[in-house]
Amino acid sequence: MKTNNGSSRAYSITSILILIILAILFLFPLYWILTGALKTPAAINSAVPQWWPQEFTLRNFEVLFSKRSAPLFEIGSLTGPIIPGAIRWLINTVFMAVLAMLLTCITASLAGYALAKKRFAGRVILFSLIVAAMALPKQVILIPLIKEMSALGLYDNLWAVILPTVGWPFGVFLMKQFAESIPGEMLEAARIDGAGELRTFITVVYPMIKPGVGALAIFTFISSWNDYFLQLIMLTSSSNLTISLGIATMQAENSTDYGLIMAGAALAAVPIIIVFLIFQKYFTKGITMGAVKG
Amino acid sequence: MDKTLSPKLRRQENISGYLFLLPSLVFFLAFVVYPMVMCIWTSFTDANMNSNTADHFIFLDNYIELWKDPVFLKALVNTLIIVFVSVPIVCIFSLWVASVIHKMKEGPLSFFRIVFYLPVVTGSVAVTVVWKWMYNNYYGIFNYVLKSTGVIDKNINWLGDSKFALWCIIIILLTTSVGQPIVLYVSALSNVDHSLVEASQVDGATNTQVFWRICWPQIMPTTLYILVITTINSFQCFALIQLLTSGGPNYATETVMYYIYYTAFKLYRFGYGNAMGVILAIFIAILSAVQFRLAKEK
Repeated sequence: MKTNNGSSRAYSITSILILIILAILFLFPLYWILTGALKTPAAINSAVPQWWPQEFTLRNFEVLFSKRSAPLFEIGSLTGPIIPGAIRWLINTVFMAVLAMLLTCITASLAGYALAKKRFAGRVILFSLIVAAMALPKQVILIPLIKEMSALGLYDNLWAVILPTVGWPFGVFLMKQFAESIPGEMLEAARIDGAGELRTFITVVYPMIKPGVGALAIFTFISSWNDYFLQLIMLTSSSNLTISLGIATMQAENSTDYGLIMAGAALAAVPIIIVFLIFQKYFTKGITMGAVKG
Repeated sequence: MDKTLSPKLRRQENISGYLFLLPSLVFFLAFVVYPMVMCIWTSFTDANMNSNTADHFIFLDNYIELWKDPVFLKALVNTLIIVFVSVPIVCIFSLWVASVIHKMKEGPLSFFRIVFYLPVVTGSVAVTVVWKWMYNNYYGIFNYVLKSTGVIDKNINWLGDSKFALWCIIIILLTTSVGQPIVLYVSALSNVDHSLVEASQVDGATNTQVFWRICWPQIMPTTLYILVITTINSFQCFALIQLLTSGGPNYATETVMYYIYYTAFKLYRFGYGNAMGVILAIFIAILSAVQFRLAKEK
């Protein structure tokens, strides 16, 4: 028994050491982005890397903000003041991710509740269709989506990225998992009290599935922010780009100015990482619930 | 509960059910189901970017051409290499990490969970551009570290050398793939029935025995789910290729997803690209089915 304990302690100490080394390796790219963004061109283009920048500079951000410019907003013929392109891309990305998040949460929580608690005809078939769609590769539908968006006049428009995100059935699946746990008696009681359907949803159902909505919100926000492929094929003009797309474009144009590109990468990554860190508890819950087989 | 409903209530259930579903259903049908159907349909046509000319129905011609297209076959082989290398590594690695961290206190546990999830949150573009710099022939830290430790004696052009390029891509893919499996395994391992574990320890089972006999069967559904999502993700490897190598050098990193993109958006052959998409979906379906089968047998 004693030897067993000794060897298992040795094992757990080694494991933790390896884990710490791995954690450092996993954090390194992010560290390299953040420090790279603040390094001088000389430090960047030196064969001997500076593990910690010897000299800090904002030059990369200055170049980033002077590279392109775009109006703050365009509504019809009304255009806002001219601002750096990278800021406009950031605004576009926030707009896109927030709307995708709101619409997904509203539609998915309504639908998830219906699938979990309403005994309507065709419910099983519909749910099977949703699960089947989830198992298919999402990117396969992108080519037909282009034609569809062009036909709707939405090509090169942020809505062309928002609408397919809302349509993706993962959210409905997740919300159904959460709505299953609502006791039928509570819904029954609300009905006896004479509450209408929508009222029941808002006063009884919504408070119960709130953690699920939180999980879905943060999940949709992050995945929509980072859905590069969809953004790449739908958005083309400089003032409509998202931040990821803008950085990718800059990378193609100035592929050797790593300082500039790291500044862009930092601008794209830092906001979403902060959002993730604030809401990561919900996030973990969402990932776990989404995996439970229904 | 079903049968106790009066016809009137029953109708009300139907109507309200559909009304609650309606908003979601509109998006789902319009932007998921419809393009899926169109994907299959156009794979039998010569559809292109030009909307003035009508698409011709050419039935299986695209599919026949695919099997004679050396680039597609190369892309398929590369994609399968990516899948068969990364899926087992992701599963084993994340299971190991989860088995070490799930017993930790809340603080260190969420620290490690966050660290391994960060590459996913950072986003494919930001992650890719920094790796591009790290792999760089002249300014990259890989060449510097390997040279100063004596592993290599002259700089290697990692992404430009067909011997290394695909493996470089796989390494990045691995770092962005383990986050979700670790979260899932941690939660699965902490849900393992504790009384069974304790009982077997009393009977003198070693830690290894406890793990394989007690824990492993109980986390099987999670393993299966992880296998399926990792397979789907690896098959769809795109951003890394598009930003790093464009499929080169000499098609060494061409993947099916990148070739679909290239065919559709550089050559404007929508029909041909969609045929590849259908093949990709079939491959994923087959592999998922095989994984389900294997998991059930065990």
